Formats: sequence, C-alpha cells, structure tokens
Amino acid sequence: MRPLNDILTYCNEVAFDLNFTYAKKWKTEKSNRALVGFLPIYFPREIIHAVNGLAIGVMGAGDHKQIIKGDAYYQSYICHLPRGIIEMALDHSLETFDGFIFPAICDCVRNLSGMFKLAKKGQFQRYFDYPQNFDASIGGVFYNQELHKISEDVFKVNGVKLTTENLNQSIKLYNTNRKLIEEIYNIRQEYPWRLSAVDTYKIVRAGLSITVENHNKILEEVIGNITEESGEPMDNIRVVINGSFCEQPPLGLIKSIEMAGCYIVDDDFMLGSRWIQGDVEDDTNDPLGALVNAYLTKSTFSSAVYDVGNPKGKRLVQLAKNRNADGVIFSAASFCDPALLDRPELQKECDAVGIPHINFQYHENTGQFKVIKEQAGTFSDSIKLWA
Amino acid sequence: MADPKEAIKEKSMVIQKDMLANLFKELSNTKESGKKVVYTFVPGNLTELILSFDMLPVYPEINALQSGMRKKSAAYIREAEKLGFSEDVCTYVKCDIGMMLNGNIGPTGEKLPPPDLLLLSYTGCFTFMKWFENLERLYPGVPVAMLHTPYQEDGCITQEQIDYMVKQLKEEVIPKMEMVAGKKFDMQRLSEMMVNSAKSEDLLVKILESAKNKPSPIDAYFAGVYYIGPIFTAFRGTDEAVEYYTELWNEVQERMRLGLGPITPEGELKEEKFRLVVEGPPNWTNFREFWKIFYDMGAVIVASSYTKVGGVYDLGFRHDEKFPLESLAKYCMGCYTNLNLPQRVNLLADYVKEYKADGFLINSIKSCNSFSAGQLMIMREIEQRAGVPVGFIESDLVDPRYFSYANIKNRLESYFQMLGQRKVIMAQEEATV
Repeated sequence: MRPLNDILTYCNEVAFDLNFTYAKKWKTEKSNRALVGFLPIYFPREIIHAVNGLAIGVMGAGDHKQIIKGDAYYQSYICHLPRGIIEMALDHSLETFDGFIFPAICDCVRNLSGMFKLAKKGQFQRYFDYPQNFDASIGGVFYNQELHKISEDVFKVNGVKLTTENLNQSIKLYNTNRKLIEEIYNIRQEYPWRLSAVDTYKIVRAGLSITVENHNKILEEVIGNITEESGEPMDNIRVVINGSFCEQPPLGLIKSIEMAGCYIVDDDFMLGSRWIQGDVEDDTNDPLGALVNAYLTKSTFSSAVYDVGNPKGKRLVQLAKNRNADGVIFSAASFCDPALLDRPELQKECDAVGIPHINFQYHENTGQFKVIKEQAGTFSDSIKLWA
Repeated sequence: MADPKEAIKEKSMVIQKDMLANLFKELSNTKESGKKVVYTFVPGNLTELILSFDMLPVYPEINALQSGMRKKSAAYIREAEKLGFSEDVCTYVKCDIGMMLNGNIGPTGEKLPPPDLLLLSYTGCFTFMKWFENLERLYPGVPVAMLHTPYQEDGCITQEQIDYMVKQLKEEVIPKMEMVAGKKFDMQRLSEMMVNSAKSEDLLVKILESAKNKPSPIDAYFAGVYYIGPIFTAFRGTDEAVEYYTELWNEVQERMRLGLGPITPEGELKEEKFRLVVEGPPNWTNFREFWKIFYDMGAVIVASSYTKVGGVYDLGFRHDEKFPLESLAKYCMGCYTNLNLPQRVNLLADYVKEYKADGFLINSIKSCNSFSAGQLMIMREIEQRAGVPVGFIESDLVDPRYFSYANIKNRLESYFQMLGQRKVIMAQEEATV
C-alpha cells in the first residue's frame, strides 16, 4: 500500500492534466481502443468500458488554463465551463479523443454539443438526452435507445460490439468503484480530519481521467490509509455543499471553506461518480436494462432531473441529517440556471427544518477567496456559538 | 422626452387585440364559467389538445413579455430576487414568479386564475423544467403533466422519438387532462381542429414569405411577433385564427400589390435601405424604441429565428388531422430551439440567401441560454457561408437593467454605416464590370 501522500500526488497529476496524457497513452497501448470524453454531470461509463473504451470526464479548464479563444465564443453572461472546454478543443488538448458525449443538463451544454458538431471535433458528438419520464415502459424505453446510440457510435470507431458478458463485467467494476467512494465518504463522516475535502476531491476526480480498474486500486489504498487514525480533530462545523455539480469550483475555494472552520461531510462536486445510489444489477441477461433501471430508480437528486413527486429539497434535508451536518453551503457557478433556479426552494426546505445555510457563487477560475473564507468563517462561528 | 405618437394599427392588429382581450376576459371569468385552466409554454404547445377539452391555456412567458412591454417587469423581477433568485437567471421566470406574488394580475389588468393543470411540454429550453418545478411549489397540489420532448440531436426526427412522445401523450398527458377537465378525450374533435391549424399555418407561411419581395411588405421580426401571436398561443386550431390570418394575408397582398413597405408604430417604412435576417428574441421592455432604431435607419427584418420558436412552418410541417397525436409530437420536436446548432446555421444561412438579405444580426439575450449559448459561433458560420456582414448586440427579454439604448443604437449605427458603405462599393464594382 502506497503512502497517502504518494497517492495524492498521483491523483493531483492525473485529475488536473488537461492534456489527458494518461488516457492518450492508454489508447495507444492497444489497437481498437476508443477514447470518449464526457461532460458533467452523470454518464453511465460502464457502456464505454464494455466496448473497449475509456470514458474520460471533461470537467472544464478550471484555473489551470488561460482562456483566450474560448472567451471569443461566449458572451459574458454564459457560465465559464463551456469556454474552457472550447479552449481545450481549439488548442488540440482533446485531439486524440474519438468522440464526445454531452449529457442533458442545461441549454449551454446542449448547444456546446452543436458547437462540437460544427467544429467537427471527434468522430462523433452526441447530446445524450435523459428521459424526464420515469416509467420503465416510457422513459425506460427511451433511455435504452439513447444507450444503444452510444454503443453504435463507439462501434463505428473501433468495431467492438456490446456483449452481455462484457457489460455485466463493466457494471461490476463500476459498482465496486461507487462502493469504495461511498466508503471513503462514510469514513470521512465519522473522521473528517483524516482526509481533507480537497484531497477527497482530487482522489474522486482522478477517477474520471484513468481506468476504473486503476481507480479502484487507488480507492482501496486510500481506504487502507484512512481506516487508521491520523490527524487531529478540529473544532469545526460539519457542512454539506450543494450546487457545484457541473462547473467545478477551484481547489482554492474548497480549501478556503475548510480553512474557515467547516468539515465538508458531503458535496455534489463529482456527483456523476456517485449518481447511482447502490448497485446496478451485474449478473443479468439484460445489463443494458439494468443500467436503465438503475437510472430510473436509483438516481440521486440533482438540478438536472425533473423532481415533481420526489422533491430535491426534501432529499437535501435528508442528506444533511444522514451526514449529521450542522449546515448547508449553497455554492453554485455563476450563470448556472439549474443550480440557481433550485436554490430558493432548497433554502426554503432547509429553513423549514432549521438547517442554517449560506450561499455564494463562483467561476471555475475564481482567484480571490477572501470574501468566501470570511463568509464561511462567520457561518462556522455563528453555528458554534449560537446553534 | 415627448410622449411617442400613437402607434399606427392595421385592421388585423385590431382583430388580434380583440382576440387577446376576449381570452383574458374569459380567463378572468373561469370561476363563473367553470372552465379549467392549463398553464403551459409557447414552444411545443399543445393548444389544440387543451382546447379540445374546453380548457383555457395560459402561457407564463407571454405574461412575462407583456409585463415587460407594460413596464411592470422590473418590479416583478426585484420581487423574485428578494425571494433568493439570483440576478444571473432567466428573467422570464423571475418576472412570472414576481407577478404571481403580486396577485397574478394579467396584462389586461384582470386577475389570472390559478392553474388547474401545469402542462410542462418542455421543448428546446431546459429552464422551462426548472420554471415549472418552481410553479408546482407555488401551487401545491396542482397536478403536473410532463411531456419530455427529445432534442433533434441527429438533425432529424426519428420514429422512435415520435413513439416516445405519443406514448407520453397517451399515458401521461391525456389521462391527466381527462382527470382535470372531467371529460373523455375526443380524438375526432382534435382532428377537426387540426384542419384549422393547417389552414392558419399555410397562411402564416405565405405572410412570412412575402418578405422575399422588394420592398418587403412586412417586418418579419418586430411586426412578426404580432403575426405569430395567435398561432403560437391560444388560438391555433380555431376558426378565429383562420379568420385573423386570412385578413392579415389580404392586407399583406394589398401592400405587395401597391409596392408598399411594412407598417411600423412610427408609420409606413417609405424606403427600404437594408434587409436583415435577425437571430434571437427581441427585447420587450423597450420594444418600440428598439424597433424605431431600425425604422430610422430604413432597415427591415425580412426573416427571423424568433418567429419560429413556436414552429418552423416554412420547412413544411403542418398539423395533420389524419395523425393528430403523431402530428403534435412532430410539432413539438420541430420548434426552432429544439433544432441542433448545425440545423439552425443551415436555416439562417438559407434565409440570408432566399430573402436576399444585406446582413445578419444577432440580438443576444442575457436570459436565454437556449438561444444565446453558441450564437457567436453561429455568427461566424453565417459570415463564412452567406458572405454578408454580421452584427451583434446584447439586451435582455424583460429586465430593463440590461437594455442600454445608447449602446445598442451606437452599435447599430456603426453596423448600418458598414452595410451602407458595402452597398456603395458593390454598386461601384458592378458598374465597373
């Protein structure tokens, strides 16, 4: 088992490598491999894995790249994520990718899929529509067709057909991945000082840039490291972060919240990796159907999913209770319609049960955290003193 | 500043005004009449289906734009922002929520009834979904019928997508309508309405395509928003809509016969100097001022994407009485904002060519990512393909804080100077040849 610091150094390297060196090398190691980029939030990577592909998260340029061309493609009132991604597409960072998947989450990401089509980036550019009808015989059928389109797209790239056996095997690996990530979150719930939120973020995000087999090994090693006591508990409050599911916050922002006296005991930073709550059936004659069923019945709550009948406000409150959180921090990217339009309702639900909350907005390349740190610090102090 | 002179109105405008006034009157009387009310959206609306149940539709985005035109939106938006809605998000949503919080008084000053059904047929705009999630909480207990419209990802409508939508109509939307209306679905009645829908659609296409003439007898953007009013809202499928479009088409034909330009609120455009294709919705808070800038420059909009948000009928789609539900599905999927970007570019480039436009202009709306995200790329593509000068201005739908008259006028003046200079050069080149 490697020491935690070595693991973190590795995860930091692969998670923020905007040239995707690991993935590109993986592709050249064998023929008929396919490299597929996908955007936030959730995409069932199992299906790419099963057809000899590697699904890589394209989570934006963050504060790791200066945006020059990207700004010429977007007005000032559009969020930052797509301009970073266009920058990467134009500076050839995404050159070896065979295709791109744009999960349905908002109009910006949807239209970005069209921009990739116009710019002819990759062999396919697929807007991946999710059903907003959760009846298996209606929305389920639609989702099944969407998944088929993906496997056909990859088949055109590498000639590999989707088989029941392969997909079951891939589902098994991702079930393990989700379980291990959840275990880390569970350990952190009890002992948040053993692994910081920043380090947790790096570890989980690394999984979007490497193979699932490799990531599972890393997660096991991390668990091995944090199972034993390390570090010192601090007099911090416990918070859940909500609203950062698409455009990712800069590391400095997460660090600022922690330094201001908040243990982040749950968050939606890398929501896609934790989307399915529980296992997907992995020993079935219809593994595609299992993925469909998991989406329809085991999805977490999100601003991208129609929630009438299962309101996300109540689910957020439940999450905060499960994690024994003292408060919620609403941290959304500027100009993020889904997160910001949900915010008032989520705040109302928190108010109804007396969960304190604060909110702020950020860009993925925000560089000044003083105000956020002060705000989070005051929030923490007020809970410690008066809650 | 002196009050603007009274706007000039044609007969069809008066008819339309009466139609809308009657609708709002009817809406304010639902307590007495017992008619049920369905809140829904313009793009991909299911008007014929709603009317076939004798229910009345309310379109929140129409209320918002009307509030914008009547200078009420600023206060409504502030009200919603007080509730916690960010300055960054869609101002239609905030205006609508602010209006509800202020007693839900409609554009004619009469109170709008609360919904009996929220019909979320969300087409081409993800924010619609968030909007109705919010409405569902403002009107607890009101049933919501969701109709998920698949995007034209591959640039076409597939049979699988049609089947998906028809199934949703049969198993989700229609049963909820039956429950709310208290009556059974009548396919025959829906089919009959579609005959009228197709008649209105034929007429609308003729009217919009009249702008291919020189001079254009219509303005297909500013006046266009009035022309699309009845067909994109509560009247498609009705006799009234057919009568309105028949009258409007007669007026347009007469203008063509006389070689007249479009009627504007400032009067008839006497000299057509520039012909433009415009992409993006208009600004509503300063609609007349905005239009007047174009009028003063002698510019007429010959085609626009905004007048296609409720259906791109010029591409051939018509409601079909033989396949009513399939036809509703195709209609929803065919609306402009449900087209992918390459389709939009093709359509707009074709407009520039077919309508012999001198330029292509984008009015980029802060609130509307469905239109705005990707517009700068669309602009480059059109410039390359159509070979006309492109212009770009920014404003908002109903938030007056984002309408800067001086900025917009300045940019447009520069743009028209460039178009004018180009015309001179092209004329010189032609003379040399």
